[in-house]
Amino acid sequence: MAKVTIDGIEVEVADGTTILNAARQIGGEVVPPAMCYYSSLKDTGGKCRVCLVKVTQGSAKDPRPMPKLVASCRTPVMDGMVVQNITSPEVLEARKGVVEFLLINHPLDCPICDQAGECDLQNLAYEHGAGKTRYEEERRTFEKVDIGDKIKLHMTRCILCYRCTFVADQLTNERVHGVLHRGDASEISTYIEKAVENDFSGNMIDVCPVGALTDKTFRFKSRVWFTKPLDAHRNCTKCSGKVVLWTKGDDVLRVSARKDEFGEVKEYICNECRYDHKNMGDWTIEGPRHIDKNSVISQNHYEKIDMQKLKLDIERQIQFQKGKQLPETNQSPA
Amino acid sequence: MARLLEHINVPGIETFDVYRKHGGYKSVEKALKTMTPDEVTEEVKKSGLRGRGGAGFPAGMKWSFLDRKSDKPRYLVCNADESEPGTFKDRYLMEKIPHVLIEGMITSSYALGAKTSYIYVRGEYMYIIRILEKAIQEAHANGFLGKNILGTDYSLELYVQPGGGAYICGEETALLESLEGKRGNPRLKPPFPAVAGLYASPTVVNNVETISAVCSIVNESGDEYAKIGIGKSTGTKLISASGHINKPGVYEIDLGLPVEEFIYSDKYCGGIWKGRKLKAVVAGGSSVPILPADLILKTAKGEPRLMSYESLSDGGFATGTMLGSGGFIVMDETACIVRNLWTFTRFYHHESCGQCSPCREGTGWMEKVLHRIEHGHGHMDDIDLLVDVAKKIEGNTICPLGDAAAWPVASAIRHFREEFEYHVRYPEKVKNPKHFELEPFRSEKVLATV
Repeated sequence: MAKVTIDGIEVEVADGTTILNAARQIGGEVVPPAMCYYSSLKDTGGKCRVCLVKVTQGSAKDPRPMPKLVASCRTPVMDGMVVQNITSPEVLEARKGVVEFLLINHPLDCPICDQAGECDLQNLAYEHGAGKTRYEEERRTFEKVDIGDKIKLHMTRCILCYRCTFVADQLTNERVHGVLHRGDASEISTYIEKAVENDFSGNMIDVCPVGALTDKTFRFKSRVWFTKPLDAHRNCTKCSGKVVLWTKGDDVLRVSARKDEFGEVKEYICNECRYDHKNMGDWTIEGPRHIDKNSVISQNHYEKIDMQKLKLDIERQIQFQKGKQLPETNQSPA
Repeated sequence: MARLLEHINVPGIETFDVYRKHGGYKSVEKALKTMTPDEVTEEVKKSGLRGRGGAGFPAGMKWSFLDRKSDKPRYLVCNADESEPGTFKDRYLMEKIPHVLIEGMITSSYALGAKTSYIYVRGEYMYIIRILEKAIQEAHANGFLGKNILGTDYSLELYVQPGGGAYICGEETALLESLEGKRGNPRLKPPFPAVAGLYASPTVVNNVETISAVCSIVNESGDEYAKIGIGKSTGTKLISASGHINKPGVYEIDLGLPVEEFIYSDKYCGGIWKGRKLKAVVAGGSSVPILPADLILKTAKGEPRLMSYESLSDGGFATGTMLGSGGFIVMDETACIVRNLWTFTRFYHHESCGQCSPCREGTGWMEKVLHRIEHGHGHMDDIDLLVDVAKKIEGNTICPLGDAAAWPVASAIRHFREEFEYHVRYPEKVKNPKHFELEPFRSEKVLATV
């Protein structure tokens, strides 16, 4: 067992646990965001760099701090390690930088993207991103590609987390797709536009943090926040059969695997459950899916408006237009 | 002490017989017949030899980190994927005296207990691969490779592996991935190659020059080698001199040589060409910070700057640079720092592997902004934007390519901000790509008075 302190909170975890998983055991604010790490897929992580944290004390034995920020998803904890996440301005600054990098070539087509509302990048940008871009150049674009008859690949939206390539690698025997080219010309691709055809290929859609891989049977059917998610199951010979039905009235618009509080699928589902059973009658309904109350899906809109803060912001803008000195941003109303 | 390039002009030195006649393969005989592997490692440690590939990490210490208790086979991999812009010393060495590398590989493999070793050569050096393979055949025929070398019970197989021509494969973990036949993406560390490298076995990756230097260390003892050089920078270093100088080429210098002597002496670069003035120097390959003339000749404290690991990095990145891989690029007063920086950044954009986001997106962004500034479409904010983007890439990436892309940008703006502002202010003057050749950018601060 190793004792580790993250943002002043001490937690005892098993040896070999990563900093990110230790933080997840504490939960709440101190959990670093993760765009490429996926706990149930081996070798994921380390690529997106949004989970960077500062290690101010390496371990009890060797208390030197680590020279650089480290990727918390791939750095194992040591006994006596002290980690700073949201308490370190350096980490927040670096994270802001990474979010900006992820967004410069992202099309920001959220209004027409099926992932909107359940998109990790959208949430991340909302929390850590800037309101305005500094990027003036032309964005990178790709043609949309069909990989198989059920999945659409829209590379323009991809942030190259490599998760989907690990799904194909690890859930099934055959590896049919990977990354072509390098640098910012890298693209997820199959072997000469071959279809990804295996029983579990649909899970690529669930692990994709953005709208790069979308379910063709659900594309443009509905905004996700207009659907009602229900937990349901059926007897399936290939998978656990535990799914979420995204319904509108009596219609099942989409079937997806269940995600945990960190947005990760723990039990993958097969393509038969995902695509071929879109009747209420095929499923045993367990009840409404618990959705975090801050999520856009349960809110039907993106922001819980703090009227007091809004008022202050508007006043601030007016003062600014008049050329007056700006009042404090975080000033609480007297 | 025998220098690497001592016999470079002997006709036929690339063949085994001539090389042997001039004292070649003595270190193999000495090591295999009279020394234990640990004694060889100890000599390398004593010599203070530092990695010649760029980082300057002590080679003996790297060797001692190798996991010798593991029951897996150990590997020695020679990094001959020399791709740093401005660096061409390894090519010269392998082309002219291939046997010194083969000799170093055998001696070093013996010290590390490797039974199989690889030389990973960049794909563009196809003709060098043929030279090396011929040298390996000759060494085989003369009993220096293969089973029971020189009648001892030590056996070694040596292979040459061509790379695919990617800069990133010069990073040691990407090199190992590529050698395993995978996509050349750097690995996350830890584990370090000394514990789990090639095929998850303990591996040492060293530069061509580092491995070649082992020959004379074994021949004449580590202490003897350490006498050359200054302080912790021991031995000799190959410098690839290029740019606006009278005599570009590869020079072997004793570490500790004053930079001024290196640039102006007829023995080395022979001064700036066409009688022009020195403007700036990139001292260790494109990725190290650029320094203006006054700072490359003298440190901020006013001491003369020397060609050594410590002296070049004196003053940190604010007023110093790094010895790096020894790619010494000299620029005269007609050079445009912005254009030069744009070229470097275009290279890093092209060579980024695309695995982690700051490097993948940031290098492209910097290139586009620099392209704008250089072609007279920039604005003043862009200069601070570049500094900020560079800062956000630096230190936040998986491998050092991100740092390598960020350092030149940060340093060029630190030392030559006026020139960037000139580009923004007078867009019509920089329309001609040779703008500073017509009318050098005069700033008393940056031009040397030598």
